[in-house]
Amino acid sequence: MTLTNYLVLSGILFSIGAATVLLRRNAIIVFMGVELMLNATNLALVTFSRLHGDLTGQVMAFFVMVVAAAEVVVGLAIIVSIFRTRKSASVDDINLLKS
Amino acid sequence: MTPSTAETVLFWVLAPIMVLAASGLLFARKAVHAALCVITVMISLAFLYVAQEAPFLGVVQVVVYTGAVMMLFLFVLMLVGVDASDSLVETLKGQRWVGWLAALGLGVVLVGVVGRATYPDAVGLAEANAPGNPTGVARIIFGQHVFGLEVVGALLVTAALGALVLTHRQRLKPLVKQPERAAARVAAGARLTPLPAPGVYARHNAMDVPALDPDGNPIDESVPRVLRIRGQEAGTAEYRADTYRRAVTAVLAERGTAVTDGEVDAALGTVEDDPRPAAAPPGTTTGPTADIDLGGGSTRTETER
Amino acid sequence: MDVNSLAPLLVAVPLASAAVLLLLGRRSDRWGHWLGLLASTAAFVVGALLLVELLGRPADDRSIDVHLFDWISAGRFDLSAGLLVDPLSLTFVLLVTFVGSLIHLYSVAYMAHDAARRRFFAYLNLFIAAMLILVLADSYLLLFVGWEGVGLASYLLIGFWNHHTPYAVAAKKAFVANRIGDLGLLVALMLMFATFGSVDFASVSAGIDGGLASTATLTATGLMLLLAACGKSAQFPLQSWLGDAMAGPTPVSALIHAATMVTAGVYLIVRSAPVFEGAPTAQLVVTIVGAITLVFGAVVGCAKDDIKKALAASTMSQIGYMVLAAGLGPVGYAFAIFHLVTHGFFKAGMFLGAGSVMHGMDDQTDMRRFGGLRRYMVITWVTFGLGWLAILGVPPFSGFWSKDKIIESAFVVPEGAGEWRAWLFGAVALIGAGITAFYMSRLFFMTFHGTKRWTKDADGHEPHPHESPALMTIPMVVLAIGSVGLGFVLQLGGGFTTWLEPVTGHVEHHEPVLPVVVIQVVTLLAVAVGLVLAWRQYASLPVPETAPEGSALTRAARVDLYQDAVNDAVLVEPGRHLTRSLVYGDRTAVDGTFTGLGRLTVGIGELVRRLQTGYARQYAATMLLGLVVLAVVVLAPRI
Repeated sequence: MTLTNYLVLSGILFSIGAATVLLRRNAIIVFMGVELMLNATNLALVTFSRLHGDLTGQVMAFFVMVVAAAEVVVGLAIIVSIFRTRKSASVDDINLLKS
Repeated sequence: MTPSTAETVLFWVLAPIMVLAASGLLFARKAVHAALCVITVMISLAFLYVAQEAPFLGVVQVVVYTGAVMMLFLFVLMLVGVDASDSLVETLKGQRWVGWLAALGLGVVLVGVVGRATYPDAVGLAEANAPGNPTGVARIIFGQHVFGLEVVGALLVTAALGALVLTHRQRLKPLVKQPERAAARVAAGARLTPLPAPGVYARHNAMDVPALDPDGNPIDESVPRVLRIRGQEAGTAEYRADTYRRAVTAVLAERGTAVTDGEVDAALGTVEDDPRPAAAPPGTTTGPTADIDLGGGSTRTETER
Repeated sequence: MDVNSLAPLLVAVPLASAAVLLLLGRRSDRWGHWLGLLASTAAFVVGALLLVELLGRPADDRSIDVHLFDWISAGRFDLSAGLLVDPLSLTFVLLVTFVGSLIHLYSVAYMAHDAARRRFFAYLNLFIAAMLILVLADSYLLLFVGWEGVGLASYLLIGFWNHHTPYAVAAKKAFVANRIGDLGLLVALMLMFATFGSVDFASVSAGIDGGLASTATLTATGLMLLLAACGKSAQFPLQSWLGDAMAGPTPVSALIHAATMVTAGVYLIVRSAPVFEGAPTAQLVVTIVGAITLVFGAVVGCAKDDIKKALAASTMSQIGYMVLAAGLGPVGYAFAIFHLVTHGFFKAGMFLGAGSVMHGMDDQTDMRRFGGLRRYMVITWVTFGLGWLAILGVPPFSGFWSKDKIIESAFVVPEGAGEWRAWLFGAVALIGAGITAFYMSRLFFMTFHGTKRWTKDADGHEPHPHESPALMTIPMVVLAIGSVGLGFVLQLGGGFTTWLEPVTGHVEHHEPVLPVVVIQVVTLLAVAVGLVLAWRQYASLPVPETAPEGSALTRAARVDLYQDAVNDAVLVEPGRHLTRSLVYGDRTAVDGTFTGLGRLTVGIGELVRRLQTGYARQYAATMLLGLVVLAVVVLAPRI
């Protein structure tokens, strides 16, 4: 086995996350798909860090985690406030982009 | 540098689990199940990080993702409704095909690129991790990336504030606190004091025995509501305290009549025959047999005043 | 007194009065009519003072140009607004202000029961001011201002009772017919500007003398001026509005549509004498138009039963005489103006008499419902009768002195023209005199003589004809005096002709083709024949209360010789079709191009819009697909 396996796993996880975003309607699950994609990139970063013997990759993964945490906080707050007014967490109920 | 056998085993054990769990995200009907699947993936990732010579990140992964982010997800799920299951039937025409096509295409492209790329020989982190992995990471974070760290810190504070603002609800009615409640109660003319415990002044302090007021009348509200609704309230007559009897005795004594038990019983007899119904509705408690007619003379007792 | 300071007052006083009356509104209701009368009289007094001033000057110094202010200064074009005080304009000033003042006085009583009397007087003052601007202007442009001003006043006054729809329509008709004439004046103005670079009378005259204009240009200008005159003076073919204009209150008909405004066309032609002198063709056309209108009006007048419309037809015919005279050149100018003045007096007097009759007969205007009124309205009968004799041209009444001169002039052979012209126009004028005698006598006899044919009103009451109040009879008497003596006084020793000479130019006396005495005798004979015919038919024989069907000519004359129908067929309908086709072209071709472009854009938008569903997931899918395609495109060559 080589480090490539990790990268393939990362790619698969990323694709599954993307599919989740495209196919699920519950906003919370869609959001989890986004988190999964972020995690997949983190795995790739860690792997590359190891491949090159440079800890910067890990630092980047660390930053991704922090930003993801911030993003989750805001995103979930948005979902909660939308749920309060619309009593629904489905992304398809919100098509305000089409005026 | 090649991964050790142990790492290989770990990988091949965890990788299928992770892919399966991730697929759960796609197919789980309930959002809670999906969240649990994601937690599985994340914990597995933490293992892989540790295996990949990144123990610091492994710990952070557990603390931040599974400990904080996913808990937040679960909280929101509870807020929104845990049991709200999500239908998997697609409503947008063609979205399913497009979605699958895009995701598969993405997977093929990614895997294809990763698989066909040529890599340098893996260096390994033994050297970089020489002073310890957290120390090495810390040197970079607080060295080259200290400004980025500050910016990210500002971002976190902003995000927290943003979440507060977003979920803030405008108060539409004035806040009701104790003084307002008290004032409202006085205005409504309701009872001001706390309710007595069951059995106060009664001859028995079981839960189903109503407390007695100073006049010896039962206070029905003192019995727990559940018992009252179930009709398990005890009668009052037998648990009534002796005050009434003593009052009659005192009246008789004032008149100069001999105060013997028999005479008192005789005087009481007229009254005892007419015990107040135990199920008298609360609030209608009248005075204890408003008139104690003892055969003329004074009609009012001290207790009446 | 100085002419320079007096002349502006002529315009300013009535204008200020009109402004006061219109701006103060109902607050001036109680005294507004007296203010109007005062303003008009003041203008007359100023005019009289000017007359005295002018008479005190030598004949060749009687033309004074009063500079008011620099009006238009644009490059080489420099025009100042100024008033030209000369015998011609002063004649008009005196006529307008004198007759105007009398009619103001008359209106005080005539309009006494009208709630809007104050507004009526405001409009009358406005008219006086505009008319004075018209006749006093020293340039065609300022004349145009007055020209439009009187048009406006005429419109306002015809439609004074505009709550009655036909009256409002009549006002509109007059306005539109006048617009056609105004167009002519505008074109003439442009031609003059293009040719002479200036539009004031002096420069135009000098330019023509200097040979700046070709005969063709002058002919075109002259024809355009004639068109303007036709519009304003109700000459053929633009005469159709005058009959309907009788919808206005009778004093308005007397002042504007008989005595003054409608004669503005004659003034314009006389004032533009230099232009017409240089364009014999245009002059001939003027004569022809005058002759046609003369006969036309006379024929129509014979068939009308409405007293005011009959008088209107007569006005048309008499102005035809004036235009005919004006077309004859210098030989006729003075007589045209002479007849204009006398006509102003006797026609205004007759209109006021007609108003008096209507006043006494509950606003009845059908002459077949009059008859035998002479015993009930003696003053009206006498004054009207004097006017009647004047218009007939019976010596020594005013009309004789002016009309006879025109007929004589018509018999004069113009310089460089065939003798046939003298015979033709002379004969037309002569026959016109006969017809005039017939229809005016018909009118007079039907109204004042014969049997009573009065109608009962809606409640069955007999009308009680009565003499009008003094405020109304005084102006009638004054005008009647004018009808009797003015002509004689003015012609004494050729006084009037001499007075006008500085403007119209001195003319050598030309002998007519027939001896003057013969012409006079034949004219009087024709008048006598007309009178006798009218007497036989309308005084000695009973007049039917409803009009008999009559001959084809009578029927045609009743409807103004189908003038309205002809106008409709020749002008209105083609105009409508033209407009419609233009609108159609605009809608289909022009609008179609742009709406088509718009539709195309909208259509494309509709197609593209389908892609914008508003669902975030679809957008995400699109983005991801795009990303995949991009990655494939970028990476494919590397594999």
